[in-house]
Amino acid sequence: MKRRLIHSVGIILLLLAFLQLEAFSAFGQGSGPTDDEVNAIASQLYCPVCENVPLDVCPTQACVQWRATIREKLAAGWSEDEIKQYFVEQYGARVLATPPAEGLNWLVYVLPPAALLAGAFVLFRAVRTWHAEPEPAAGPVPPEEAEDDPYLAKLEEELKRREV
Amino acid sequence: MIANFGYFALIITFVTALYGAGAAAYGAIQRKPELVESARRAMLLTFPLTSLAALSIIALLVGGHYEIRYVAQVTSSSMPTYLKVTALWGGQEGSLVFWSWLMSAFATAASLRKWERDRELLPWIIVVTMVTLAFFLSLVIFFENPFVRLWLTPTGEQVGAMLQPAGARALTPSDGQGLNPLLRHPGMVIHPPMLYLGFVSFVIPYAFAMAALITRRSDDRWIRITRRWTLVAWLFLSLGLILGGRWAYDVLGWGGYWGWDPVEIAAFMPWLSGTAFLHSVMVQEKKGMLKHWNMVLIILTYALVIFGTFLTRSGVLSSVHAFAQSAIGPMFFIFIGITSISSLALLVQRWSILKSDNHLESMFSREALFLLNNLLFMGILVICFWGVIFPLISELVTGSKVTVGPPFYERATSPLWLGLLLLMGVAPLSAYASSTFRTIGRAAWKPALASLAVPIGMFAAGYSSIGAILGYWLAAFVAIVTLYEFWRGALARRRRHSESLPLALWRLAGRNRRRYGGYVIHLGVVLMAFGIIGIEVFQTETQATLARGEQLTLGRYVMTYDALTQFDTADGRNVARAVVSVYHDGKYVGELYPRKDYYYVSQQPMTIPGVRSTLEDDFYVLLVGWEPIAQQGATFKVYHNPLVNFVWLGGLVFILGTAVAAWPDQDPEPARSRLRSRGLTPGAYPRKAT
Repeated sequence: MKRRLIHSVGIILLLLAFLQLEAFSAFGQGSGPTDDEVNAIASQLYCPVCENVPLDVCPTQACVQWRATIREKLAAGWSEDEIKQYFVEQYGARVLATPPAEGLNWLVYVLPPAALLAGAFVLFRAVRTWHAEPEPAAGPVPPEEAEDDPYLAKLEEELKRREV
Repeated sequence: MIANFGYFALIITFVTALYGAGAAAYGAIQRKPELVESARRAMLLTFPLTSLAALSIIALLVGGHYEIRYVAQVTSSSMPTYLKVTALWGGQEGSLVFWSWLMSAFATAASLRKWERDRELLPWIIVVTMVTLAFFLSLVIFFENPFVRLWLTPTGEQVGAMLQPAGARALTPSDGQGLNPLLRHPGMVIHPPMLYLGFVSFVIPYAFAMAALITRRSDDRWIRITRRWTLVAWLFLSLGLILGGRWAYDVLGWGGYWGWDPVEIAAFMPWLSGTAFLHSVMVQEKKGMLKHWNMVLIILTYALVIFGTFLTRSGVLSSVHAFAQSAIGPMFFIFIGITSISSLALLVQRWSILKSDNHLESMFSREALFLLNNLLFMGILVICFWGVIFPLISELVTGSKVTVGPPFYERATSPLWLGLLLLMGVAPLSAYASSTFRTIGRAAWKPALASLAVPIGMFAAGYSSIGAILGYWLAAFVAIVTLYEFWRGALARRRRHSESLPLALWRLAGRNRRRYGGYVIHLGVVLMAFGIIGIEVFQTETQATLARGEQLTLGRYVMTYDALTQFDTADGRNVARAVVSVYHDGKYVGELYPRKDYYYVSQQPMTIPGVRSTLEDDFYVLLVGWEPIAQQGATFKVYHNPLVNFVWLGGLVFILGTAVAAWPDQDPEPARSRLRSRGLTPGAYPRKAT
């Protein structure tokens, strides 16, 4: 892995020398990686400058260069994971669309389901206590009748409540 | 001159609002009706005053007063007049004035109702609305003043100030920077006012809720009085969100309409809590239950409205530093903190008087299903809030930022959306109090069986996405149940009143607009789900660089690159416009003109797609790049968006349903006199003495 990285860095340095050429590589590409292959990876990455715009659709010059980098790496035979890892090492975990599940980031994934479960538990408990309590003196409100005038039905129901 | 006048109007409004709040509270506590009346008049005065301030800004914008910093920031002489007027909400300062203007208008409108009953609520409504108004005005007056003038200091620095800084001389730029080009779109012109209308309308039910708590009312009067406000708020918020989505689809050039951006989510969160509120208040109205919960929901919605206003315009949550440097960031948080804590403290104090009148009798009753609906909406809200806030927490704790992007929200919320679809199908079949698993099962099995045709058909056609199949199945189930409800009701009416079916349907909806408006909204949601699943699951895309005359293929579409022209426009743009021919199943269907506009002054590129739109799908072409010299080759990104137009169609139905539900009821008097003739007491609503 390490050797491969050094090897690749060498290739990048070489390619960097031709950066100017690289900018228009899209127009001169032959059998290199296709735009779709580049975008498949770019769509999972975010540059630190363009907040919340995935790399595959970001129009800024910086993002054009990132895409060129992805193209180079793909041409050099890097895998998708290796390329993503490269960007993480260079710019930090924020380039990934979702935080890697480690350390504090676990909270991202744990808290919402925990909150939902807690909510469900509270709801279940509340429903059970309500269920267990004796019925109010007035007795159950009759089920909704097939009243053809719902407004009148509502009025009458509320009048009943008023009389309680 | 105009600027000074406008600023002065703001200061007077601020003082008037503070006086109104103070006089109303004091008058209510000391039982001095004349003070409350004085406060009410002060409140009525805030509307013309804020109107003057807003009109002053508009006059400056339209008149091209570029010596005013805000005018120079958001307008330029090449902009058409209508855009200059709407630049009122094109920037932070103007937006805050616009917000305040709406707040005073709505406070006035809310106070113009007949007050013979519930008059004890009035002073507290004045307090809440005027405190909110004063808060926003204080931001404008002290931090984000749209009326400041530009000055050039001796050191050559440009500063904005109301009064001339020592040694500085007045600066009058010959032209302004112009409105952010992304915002020069009809959708974006209407989108912010819609959101703001929604935001500000939600303050009214909150004000009534607080007034009910303060005056120890335990009944549901506050809900009934503000029912229409809530629906109108929800209508505008929904409209704002849909228009925002349409704008993103047309202008942002990434082939979608919703990117789970914090700004979008900020507008979405009050909608989520508001939707939960709209459902759960029905339980309180019907059964006198969930009184505490409804209070919590409206307090939460109010807090999220303030949070949303803050987030949508300032963007300061992008980093901890931006937040710390922004003057208004801490102010917003202090205000949200104070209002939320005091509202919740008040609720806790009144906890015992808000006891339920009824108990839950079945886990499958409609009220229980509404509670489940609330749980799911709250779940989605927690996911959204957490996703927006977590990058900041991470930055604070570990020093490094993380991105919480669309995959997180999509994965986390999809099961909850599916759950909501299921509930939307089941709940209309349930009854208050008495439903059981058995009764619902008996009512649901037929529509469930009929809807099975959808997944079976999809399997047979070779679709393999489980999510899509499940989603379409549930959507079909909801559609069948909802249409069946209309059918059943109309048939019953026809039998009883021997009306024709269309007339029966019309009258049925007219007699219970909220219910049937709600069902229309559900149908709108089904259509939207149809479109959303379509584009989310089945969207395909490709990108290629083509020489002139070359073609690319995407599914059943073929696109040929014909030409590209590049030219400057009078309004300061450089436009690169490509011409492509589109073929569908080998048949020529027309030309598209994807283009890229570059705004010289703001140095901002804008990608405008070329779209071939049918009910079945959109063929969406973006011009990504081109060979600048020879203009021979160009790179295109092409999307195939199946069913996406159902999102907009569903949105229309959704808005229509909301309008039906919010439509003013007929005067209840005839119904009351009918009651009287039956020997019943008039006065439909229970009211406890306070």
